[in-house]
Amino acid sequence: MIKIDDYREVAPRGTVDLLLRLADRVRGRRFLHISATRFGGGAAEVLQRLMLLMSELGLDAGWEIIGGDTEFYATAKAITAALQGEERVVTEEMLEHYLERNRASGGKLPLEADLVLVHDPAPASLVADRPAGGTWVWRCHLDLSAPERRIWNFFRRYAARYDAAVFSHPGFVPHLPIPQFIVHPSVDPLSDKNRELSRREIRTILDGLGVPLDKPVLLQVGAVDRSRDPVGVVNAYRIVKKHHDVRLVLAGGGGDGPESGEVLAELREAAARDPDIVALELPPDAQLQINALQRAATIVLQKSVRDGFAIGVAEAMWKGKPVIGGAVGGLPAQIADGVTGYTVRSAEGAAFWVRHLLNNPELIARMGGVGREHVRRNFLITRHLSDYLALLAHLTAKPA
Amino acid sequence: MAAAPPFRFMGCIELLENLGVRAQDERELVEFLRQVPVGSVFHHTCGYFLRHRIFVGPYANDFATWTAVHLGDRVLGERLAVVDPFDFADLEQLREELISIVSDHLGRLRAPPRVDGGEPFHFIQSHVVEIPTGLEARTLAEFRDRLAEVEASAIYYHTVLARARLGRGAGDFAGWLRGSLGREDLAAAVERADPYLSSLERVRSRLLDLLDAALDAGAAAEGRAPAAPA
Repeated sequence: MIKIDDYREVAPRGTVDLLLRLADRVRGRRFLHISATRFGGGAAEVLQRLMLLMSELGLDAGWEIIGGDTEFYATAKAITAALQGEERVVTEEMLEHYLERNRASGGKLPLEADLVLVHDPAPASLVADRPAGGTWVWRCHLDLSAPERRIWNFFRRYAARYDAAVFSHPGFVPHLPIPQFIVHPSVDPLSDKNRELSRREIRTILDGLGVPLDKPVLLQVGAVDRSRDPVGVVNAYRIVKKHHDVRLVLAGGGGDGPESGEVLAELREAAARDPDIVALELPPDAQLQINALQRAATIVLQKSVRDGFAIGVAEAMWKGKPVIGGAVGGLPAQIADGVTGYTVRSAEGAAFWVRHLLNNPELIARMGGVGREHVRRNFLITRHLSDYLALLAHLTAKPA
Repeated sequence: MAAAPPFRFMGCIELLENLGVRAQDERELVEFLRQVPVGSVFHHTCGYFLRHRIFVGPYANDFATWTAVHLGDRVLGERLAVVDPFDFADLEQLREELISIVSDHLGRLRAPPRVDGGEPFHFIQSHVVEIPTGLEARTLAEFRDRLAEVEASAIYYHTVLARARLGRGAGDFAGWLRGSLGREDLAAAVERADPYLSSLERVRSRLLDLLDAALDAGAAAEGRAPAAPA
């Protein structure tokens, strides 16, 4: 079992002591999280660890899961996609069912707390039946900068009933008449996805995946869909390959988008023609495999053309890798351009900076080192925990 | 005579609030600079030291970095970058200086550049959550040792925040050295230690050097060997 003291080894000096003191400040106030699921997705993974740490700090923290049937979850998924700008069919009946199921959940769950943090769209309409007392905050992990208009008009009525909202990045915030706080996602350095691995462990895992370590590895991790532009990554690799004998590894599962199968087919075809292109279809729980791939990589790419915060960038930087990423979503907030990697707007740009790094290998080590320190200071789970406790302290401040 | 009050080290966390206004060009930047709460001016200038403990942008304030990087206006970036927030009596004066620089620059441009493929400037303000560290000092030697071990946000709180936002112009360290220990010379040197264009760890090192020198001088005057740091 991982303890808060274990983070003393990895977090900036004094961080754990500050957390202990901050916990003293907010002890006695109840902090309740509500979400649609306890598993699946980076936010849920991190919240699981945050809950353990809050409990160890002696805080009164709870986590409730709403109930729902298949239709409810399908509607919540469609609302989520539409709020991120995708066109989805969401009928009035579906929306009424969504509201009705949340009303039913609200009637069953203990919702009394000093601070209630409701995660993402699925449980958001619970706010309509909030009990008296307590501060309610909507924690949105999505990019809502360009939502589908009709669904946003429906959803906004509920979002606006919260006392405040928390977004991952200022660029993700829609117009809302409530205070909006910014809390970046985080990396848990002690999880299987990010913990230190020995060379032997890395070799064994990569052997299992069929990835040889005989040449520099360019890696992109992420869902196979157009938004992550894996085909653009292949094109960038082909430009680089004329000058450097490298291997490209594309690791991830199928995306949600309808074009995902098409993209996957293109990648398979590219891999069939070139043995140095490896397309790995990994299950969602392939934490150690992703860890080993990132540690074995020479350069990590995240050449998205549309993305959320993309905390995988910070995960790669934590492993001391320079990252070349698309200048979209939360990537520019993580990649200090020219310092910890490069932000690019084209496959050619990605190829240019990969070649630049391969031709100047001392830069790879230097950028990797600065990137790891950048993550240590700004993107570790200890900072995430202190942000949540600061939110609790600030929004539930007792009058002097 | 009552004993001098101890120095109590206070750490802090800043909770970031998005103000919902974003500038796409320099005209909007100056317009919103006039409107936003002064806490936002603080956040985008002095707040840099807490957020970026390593140097990750070309300049040490967000306005300068944004105009240079996202608008490609290096001239305005340079003119804003050189503004030292600690040169001003309060944040309103700092705000006026920034507005004056951008307005003057706009007057010389035919067509101010707009964000093209870059990020708009998002105005943020920060709310400080104070956290007592439990560390305190009654003597110069204790003060030196506590300063060496305290979490870096306490350096920020007592040097940057105290001076620029809490109206304690000399900073808390200099104030205590002067008021409680009567060390005017040392207080003046600590007050002069320039936090701008530096990092919190660099400020800590500089202050420790000053304190070590003062402790050594005190030991020499009393005919003792200088004490080794704890």
